[in-house]
Amino acid sequence: MSLLEEDTGRKQIAQRRRMDFILHILFVICTSIGVLALMALMVDIIMDGIMRFAPDLFTNYPSRRASQAGMKSAIVGSLYMLLIMAPLSFILGVGAAIFLEEYAKKNRLTRLIQLNISTLAGVPSIVYGILGLTLFVRGLALERSLLSGALTMTLLVLPIIIVSAQEAIRAVPKARRDASFALGATKWQTVSRSVMPSALPGVLTGVILALSRAIGETAPLVMIGGLTYVAFLPESILDSFTVMPIQIYNWISRPNEAFHELAAAGIIVLLIMLLLMNFAAILLRNKYQKNV
Amino acid sequence: MQTLIEIKKLNLFYTAFHALKNVSLEIPEKAITAFIGPSGCGKSTLLRTLNRMNDMIPGTRIEGTIAIGGTDIYSNEVDVETLRKKVGMVFQQPNPFPKSIYDNIAYGPRLHGIRSRQQLDEIVENSLKASVLWDEVKDHLKRSAFSLSGGQQQRLCIARALAVNPDILLMDEATSALDPISTLKIEELAQELKDRYTIVMVTHNMHQAARVSNQTVFFLNGEVVEYADTEKLFSNPSDQRTEDYISGRFG
Ligand SMILES: Nc1ncnc2c1ncn2[C@@H]1O[C@H](COP(=O)(O)OP(=O)(O)OP(=O)(O)O)[C@@H](O)[C@H]1O
Ligand SMILES: [Mg+2]
Repeated sequence: MSLLEEDTGRKQIAQRRRMDFILHILFVICTSIGVLALMALMVDIIMDGIMRFAPDLFTNYPSRRASQAGMKSAIVGSLYMLLIMAPLSFILGVGAAIFLEEYAKKNRLTRLIQLNISTLAGVPSIVYGILGLTLFVRGLALERSLLSGALTMTLLVLPIIIVSAQEAIRAVPKARRDASFALGATKWQTVSRSVMPSALPGVLTGVILALSRAIGETAPLVMIGGLTYVAFLPESILDSFTVMPIQIYNWISRPNEAFHELAAAGIIVLLIMLLLMNFAAILLRNKYQKNV
Repeated sequence: MQTLIEIKKLNLFYTAFHALKNVSLEIPEKAITAFIGPSGCGKSTLLRTLNRMNDMIPGTRIEGTIAIGGTDIYSNEVDVETLRKKVGMVFQQPNPFPKSIYDNIAYGPRLHGIRSRQQLDEIVENSLKASVLWDEVKDHLKRSAFSLSGGQQQRLCIARALAVNPDILLMDEATSALDPISTLKIEELAQELKDRYTIVMVTHNMHQAARVSNQTVFFLNGEVVEYADTEKLFSNPSDQRTEDYISGRFG
């Protein structure tokens, strides 16, 4: 066998290499456009907001005077919202995922439910706002409260959590279930002791990413009446509330330039929070990937 | 030898596919019985009927009876959890849990309600000794089971099966993913275990069946062609098809 082929073979290889090179460059350009746009956005926001990114922002309530305004009530509102949403959406979402993956018969009804959930994951968030308004604010007479907001947001993230948890559960090798059943485990023992421990990092990553989406959502909360001027901290889950994106939206829509700087500072806070959550998701994944 | 497992006129269907045809077998206790036959002839299927792992495959239907120690294992009075506790299984690919060596072995006993640390320690030690793994792992029981070699993992899986104190051990090509030395170790282990357990093994390797088993069953297309003492079956088969198979003429 000869490793030196005749000319036509060589020409063809040279051509393939050129194609390779061109595509490589093309992909680098695509990536760069995305990264550059993001960088530009970040730089712009940081330049605008860094002056107001100061302790006052965290300790002051909103105010008519830009120089005194802060977003204490919005930050606390967002955190409270997370605290209510996280356990609720975790339990409901993971419970539904376990049911669909492990218990439900694979029949037409299940497939219909599955299709619905996947579709719900893509429904515009304002629709959830309308649903929340009807269901929680009016229907259950919870008023424009923190609880109404948290329940609405739970509905919003639920489909995302269910779908991602299902994927994590499905990724657990069948051999691991068989090993458990063969030892005489019941269904629930197998799910809770073998399947879920293996699926948990994936499940938690999905939950965190879904929650970080909720943190940035504005529309449904505006719909159910998150207030824009809250000069107190909610003392119970039935108090009215505001959250960071609403506060930011409010500041941006004012004509006074000083408020725009405040808004930029608010965005920095929001971005840091999102970054931390994503970072936590990555840590979690790495920590568990080692022993899966 | 006393019969432990009695299979009578067993037929198994995967939806429309007739996978086991009129199988009748008496498997003696405290001995090694080997299932041999070409790929797809139903060896694994029959093995899985013995601990009812087939129950979980949708569309499976069986006719006939399987009695273990005189009790019909498909009757309503038998719960599968108890059956599987009594009939352990080792799979083709070692499948430890992503847990420590200790927790792998303790998994079964914990399922069945054993909580006391002392009792668990004892079970872990005894099971690992029984599968001849103890000396290799006794100093790092807290390490992940994945830190073991393939052969060690398979012996861990055997120890895990033994930890719930079964009477019967099913092994489905338990050595086919292993190197020759690990294979030999598992074969020796099986020899040792047969004094205390009834072992049913599926193997693709006829030499293995000849080396380790007491009885051999030869299957073809879901039917039992020949069932005899291993020595007799390999030296003087009574069916032409058996002879063709063991002399390597097909399969
Ligand atoms: N879950 C299933 N659904 C449908 N048919 C199946 C299923 N499992 C096995 N079969 C079929 O049943 C027959 C017997 O399969 P089985 O796995 O018992 O064979 P085997 O003798 O163990 O083969 P191998 O030596 O390759 O493991 C095969 O024809 C196979 O295609
Ligand atoms: Mg098989």
